[in-house]
Amino acid sequence: MVDLRTTYLGLTLKNPVVPSASPLSEDVANIKRMEDFGASAVVMHSLFEEQLSHDAFALHTHLAQGTESFAEALSYFPEPDDFFVGPHEYLEHIRRAKETVDIPIIASLNGTTVSGWIDYAKQMEEAGADALECNVYYLPTDPSETGSDVEKLYLDILKAVKTHITIPVAMKLSPFFSNPAAMAHNLASAGADGLVLFNRFYQPDIDLDTLEVKPNLVLSSPFEGRLALRWIAILRGKVDTSLAATTGIHTGLDAARMILAGADVAQVCSVLLQKGIDQIGTVIGELASWMEDHEYTSVKEMKGALSQQSCPDPTAFERANYMKTLMSYPRS
Amino acid sequence: MARRYVTIDGNEAAAYVAHKTNEVIAIYPITPSSPMGEWSDQWSSENKVNIWGTIPSVVEMQSEGGASGAVHGALQTGALTTTFTASQGLLLMIPNMHKIAGELTSTVFHVSARTVATHALSIFGDHSDVMDCRATGFGLLASNSIQEIMDFALISQSATLKGRVPMVHFFDGFRSSHEVQKIEELTEEDMRAMIDDDLVRAHRLRGLNPERPVIRGTAQNPDHFFQGREAINPYYTAFPGIVQEAMDSFARLTGRAYHLFDYVGAPDAEQVIVLMGSGAEAAHEAVEYLAATGAKVGIIKVRLYRPFAVEAFLSTLPASVKSIGVLDRTKEPGSAGEPLYLDVVNACMEGFTAGKAPFSAMPKIVGGRYGLSSKEFTPSMVKSIFEELAKPSPKNHFTVGIVDDVTGSNLPWESDFSTESDDIFRGLFFGLGADGTVGANKNSIKIIGEGTDNYAQGYFVYDSKKAGSITVSHLRFGKKPIHSTYLISKAKFVACHQWVFLEKIDMLHYAIPGATFLLNSPYGPDEVWDYLPRTVQQTIIDKKLKLYVIDAYQVAKETRMGARINTIMQTCFFAISNIFPRDEAIQYIKDAIKKTYGAKGEQIVQMNYAAVDQTLANLHEVSCPGKVTSTIEIPPTVSEKAPEFVKNVTATIIAGKGDDLPVSAFPVDGTFDTATTKWEKRNIALEIPVWESDLCIQCGKCAMVCPHAAIRSKVYEAEALKGAPETFKSVDYKGKEFPGWKYTIQVAPEDCTGCILCAEVCPARDKTELKRKALNMHPQMPLREPERDNFEFFLSIPEVDRRQVKVSTVKGAQLLQPLFEFSGACAGCGETPYVKLLSQLFGDRALIANATGCSSIYGGNLPTTPYCKNPEGRGPAWNNSLFEDNAEFGFGYRLTLDKQNEFARELVKRLISVLGEDLVTAILEADQSDETGIFEQRARVKVLKTKLQGVDSMEARHLMSLADTLVKRSVWIVGGDGWAYDIGYGGLDHVLASGRNVNILVLDTEVYSNTGGQMSKATPLGAVAKFAAGGKPRPKKDLGLMAIAYGNVYVASVAMGANDAQCLRAFLEAESYPGPSIIIAYSHCIAHGINMVKGLTQQKNAVDSGYWPLYRYDPRLADQGQPPLKLDSKDIKISLKDYAYQETRYKMLTKSHPEAAAELIRLAGEDVKRRRRFYEQLAAMNPGTGEESAESN
Repeated sequence: MVDLRTTYLGLTLKNPVVPSASPLSEDVANIKRMEDFGASAVVMHSLFEEQLSHDAFALHTHLAQGTESFAEALSYFPEPDDFFVGPHEYLEHIRRAKETVDIPIIASLNGTTVSGWIDYAKQMEEAGADALECNVYYLPTDPSETGSDVEKLYLDILKAVKTHITIPVAMKLSPFFSNPAAMAHNLASAGADGLVLFNRFYQPDIDLDTLEVKPNLVLSSPFEGRLALRWIAILRGKVDTSLAATTGIHTGLDAARMILAGADVAQVCSVLLQKGIDQIGTVIGELASWMEDHEYTSVKEMKGALSQQSCPDPTAFERANYMKTLMSYPRS
Repeated sequence: MARRYVTIDGNEAAAYVAHKTNEVIAIYPITPSSPMGEWSDQWSSENKVNIWGTIPSVVEMQSEGGASGAVHGALQTGALTTTFTASQGLLLMIPNMHKIAGELTSTVFHVSARTVATHALSIFGDHSDVMDCRATGFGLLASNSIQEIMDFALISQSATLKGRVPMVHFFDGFRSSHEVQKIEELTEEDMRAMIDDDLVRAHRLRGLNPERPVIRGTAQNPDHFFQGREAINPYYTAFPGIVQEAMDSFARLTGRAYHLFDYVGAPDAEQVIVLMGSGAEAAHEAVEYLAATGAKVGIIKVRLYRPFAVEAFLSTLPASVKSIGVLDRTKEPGSAGEPLYLDVVNACMEGFTAGKAPFSAMPKIVGGRYGLSSKEFTPSMVKSIFEELAKPSPKNHFTVGIVDDVTGSNLPWESDFSTESDDIFRGLFFGLGADGTVGANKNSIKIIGEGTDNYAQGYFVYDSKKAGSITVSHLRFGKKPIHSTYLISKAKFVACHQWVFLEKIDMLHYAIPGATFLLNSPYGPDEVWDYLPRTVQQTIIDKKLKLYVIDAYQVAKETRMGARINTIMQTCFFAISNIFPRDEAIQYIKDAIKKTYGAKGEQIVQMNYAAVDQTLANLHEVSCPGKVTSTIEIPPTVSEKAPEFVKNVTATIIAGKGDDLPVSAFPVDGTFDTATTKWEKRNIALEIPVWESDLCIQCGKCAMVCPHAAIRSKVYEAEALKGAPETFKSVDYKGKEFPGWKYTIQVAPEDCTGCILCAEVCPARDKTELKRKALNMHPQMPLREPERDNFEFFLSIPEVDRRQVKVSTVKGAQLLQPLFEFSGACAGCGETPYVKLLSQLFGDRALIANATGCSSIYGGNLPTTPYCKNPEGRGPAWNNSLFEDNAEFGFGYRLTLDKQNEFARELVKRLISVLGEDLVTAILEADQSDETGIFEQRARVKVLKTKLQGVDSMEARHLMSLADTLVKRSVWIVGGDGWAYDIGYGGLDHVLASGRNVNILVLDTEVYSNTGGQMSKATPLGAVAKFAAGGKPRPKKDLGLMAIAYGNVYVASVAMGANDAQCLRAFLEAESYPGPSIIIAYSHCIAHGINMVKGLTQQKNAVDSGYWPLYRYDPRLADQGQPPLKLDSKDIKISLKDYAYQETRYKMLTKSHPEAAAELIRLAGEDVKRRRRFYEQLAAMNPGTGEESAESN
């Protein structure tokens, strides 16, 4: 029996397989199933800051629209004294999840303003979340905004959150930094308990029939995990913080790769959406099998064995490898 | 428990007591009483209990008739029951009121007295409705002020339980129902002290109960009915005493002493005015002022009008009285005098004859009318009445407040005389509808009233337009109670919250010398002076006004407030008016913000705080130069080219000076000319559409969806372009029917409301830059003049010959001139495009019967109305009768048309010798199924009339007046869902069953839009509406399915935004069907809580989600043995949530009742799928004609 335990964000987890933020966790019954199939923790679906703002503004605007203007219709809606605006629903959801499962619940917040973060993060802690995953997901489009400006935003948010809550904070990052290693280092220094690599920025598509730009969600392919693999391997040992791999982890073998590179947990999402929550069990089983076959007795043992620090050829993760990759492609 | 002071309006005061002292409340909304029912519903939904600890049950019925029936039933079974109503609604309750009184049942109806519709409808206040109830036997108790409304609501409840006489507690609609005042709130202890629980139980025990069964409502015969009727007399004799006892108990409790009649004035008065209602407050103020100068004047305030206690009245009159002026706030044409006047004459006569009068000589008694439909009634008018009464022969049956130059009835009055004291603060605030001005002022009153020991009064004047409307807030504050139940004309503070008002209203006319003028200005303090119109500069200088400016929209933009400048302007007001020290004022405002917006989320609160903080930095005093520098003149209200009536009368009303118009200016019977909206150029669009003719595919959709006919398409011969303005756009027409002709899409820049629907619906895009369409919105100001000229030229181009147009295509139909234009509907309205389409297709031969509702307001609210005429002078003839009778009313049109047509045909035959056989045959056998047929028949009728000229016979003369009915006419019965599904359904049923050729258009907004969003039976499952605050628990009534069941009715369900071609087809088929046709048209609405720019998208979503099926049921198909129902909408494409959660009426439930929302949307989703399958199955059914089965029988 292999020992699958791992530590992430200071929490001891029974194995390294954690469902990442997805719509599946909107239903508490699904969270229970995740636990049943062996998930060691669950990252909740994200609370979107803009959605909350938008909802609050929309409610306010439409309730006020047209009022006090025409004598026969001074208002158009009955207005109750109480509205459950803001993150109320989400917080209730965290509470219910905590009542239903024993595994840690990691709340997820997706937003880009400091004030929004502080308010919601505290409330999530109060609702019982064991940790918080901050998905800053910032897409800069203004040419006058510098790389440092963007990096500062991430750091400001982290610092603001850390001063107001006591539960661990993981930062979910995109790979689009000039030097991801520097970013990781700075975040770790600023107090990040973990880094989640990498977010997928969904790209819109162009509908050729209607000539419109439309949102388009394409689930990950295993190939996309390579980026996280590289950087986790590079960061392992260089930054003093937990590392979570996400994107493109579809099988236990993918999970094994990530752990060897240095990840503390491997997050899964697309495979659950495509094939079902029971895949958690499959992934864990495959990981355990591979470990047995290769005589690893524990996750602790294999963690980071092929990180840049530890692997036989460190340049494999650097530019030289790029050239080798190109030359390895068959020519005829 | 100590009483607290609250700042509330009359409706809230009445509802507060009514909710606490009743068990069952059955209502029907009607302005201005609707808020009373809404308050009750809100409180019950918040689980607020009555004084016995149980939550009153509140139910909305289908009509007031229904409400009174439900009330009667509830009372008959022993519940404490009440209702709230006004005007026609009260009249619909009369039959039940007779029964309720005849059965000696305790109840109080609270009525915000409103004008009964006669030559016109009015939502405003007078006593004509309650006066129509005199014969019912209900007691009538009048409140004059907000405090009295609260007090009398309780006193009447107490009295009715004791005396078993039901009561109408009334107060003036709008003047009192909507006036905000600071008053003392009665506590539950007060209510329990006034209401004897033994009497409550006695009432309950009189209820119908199978444990102790009785029978009521028997039928009786001549031998005993009369006696049974007279058995009630002792109760009526005792009742005034009982009411006085209740008033005395109340006085002991609160210190406020009332009597059946109360006198105010000089103890030795010689001239006395008798009146009731809010007018008595103004008269009170006048009398105190005049008596203080030594005038021997006084007034009697009538509290209990029925039963009329003659002795109590006489004992209130001072013995010194020499002349009495009785004021009635109603008109009873044909009567020898108005009601209160006749009662006073009778009382004096009876008293004097019996030797019980206080006076030794019979005084002169005259009667007068005042204040009809909230006409102003001021102390100056009171003074003129006293002056008249002092004359040896005072005028009788006079009017006051108007100039009657027809029968000379009016008394003159000095408009400058004022009894207002200098230590009362008076402020006037001019705002744009929905910009938050009124809300801010109501808030300010609360702050001042509840935060200081000042008395506070607020009254708000609204507009009858639903877009770009003007609101005027009248605020008074002071250390003494405020009796000024009239508008402010001498203000210390005038605020203009919209720059454009400077050229529309003479606001500074109301400013006193030295007053302060606060202006929301896009120009800063250093430049604003030069942008003011000349007359405004002159007034500022002449009256030495202090001018302050703020760019409120800029501050709003920076603080993300959008178009709501309320918090900003309110902060300015407090900062300038110095009612509180600045910091204190800011704190009060912020506290109020927290209270008002806290429930909506912290962001909204913070946003408002930011607005407050930014305001002071942006508020500047302007130092005005001592001389006029402006050359900007205020444009004339209407064009010089307008008809005389429009220039003299309509323009005066538009300019806000309607009060100056004399009686002679008006038609005697309420008949007005159509086509007047074209003269009122409103200029309310900030942006208008600009046509990119190179991209246009000439589909006509823009013209089809425009709610205001402010964008139109025309096809014309190239020669018509001669003399076109330089910027006039024109392209070649794309299509075979008009080879070589030209085509233009033209906007009416001054009439457009900027709703953007045309640009939204436009499908044509620039391939090189996809955001650019064939229509794009651009700022109106720079385009105003050139497009004004272009539109004028466009109108001068001859209309296309209707016979040549392919009316069955959207493009073709939109080439037809709209005969409904520039209404006062909301920007982006969902109803009006259907009405406009009707006017294009059939308007030149249409008669419209319009139910009361949005369509009657935007269709017929003066000063200007939107139905208009074509160049031949033809256009829709329109009338709004009532609400409940609309189907029958239109049916009446058809009865006449059929009869007249029949008679005309008979006469034609009888006059064959004059007309000739060919003409007679052609006329009688004419095929008028298309434009050509109608054109030709019109030509024949013209010939017929020529032939009849000079023929001197009875037949010829009658045929001359009936000949036009030989041309086919189209009867359209138009109304909203409130009429069709609820109050008018009984009549609709009968008309549908009649088989007569009428077309019914139901503009279904799924809620009572015009009166502020009360639920109808058309409201969908899960949607929030008033009286369905927890989401409507039951599905929408399927009116279409019920109509299909008749078998001989053409039924169509349409949604223009989803399928404009199917909609057009339905209109044409409905008209062609020679029997009853009904079109149910999905109308998006502001009451859905949507972004109105997306209204058409929502229509499409409604159809794509399966919620709103599109279909046409044509009985002619059944006659041909084909399946009669064609389901035009395709299968479900999106989920119900994808449609519904775009709308606040659904979405807000997820924020107020999350669990109920989840359940209801689930049920609604299932319901939609079920109905879709049901309609699919129905469409597949073919019952055949019934003939072929004859053999098998």
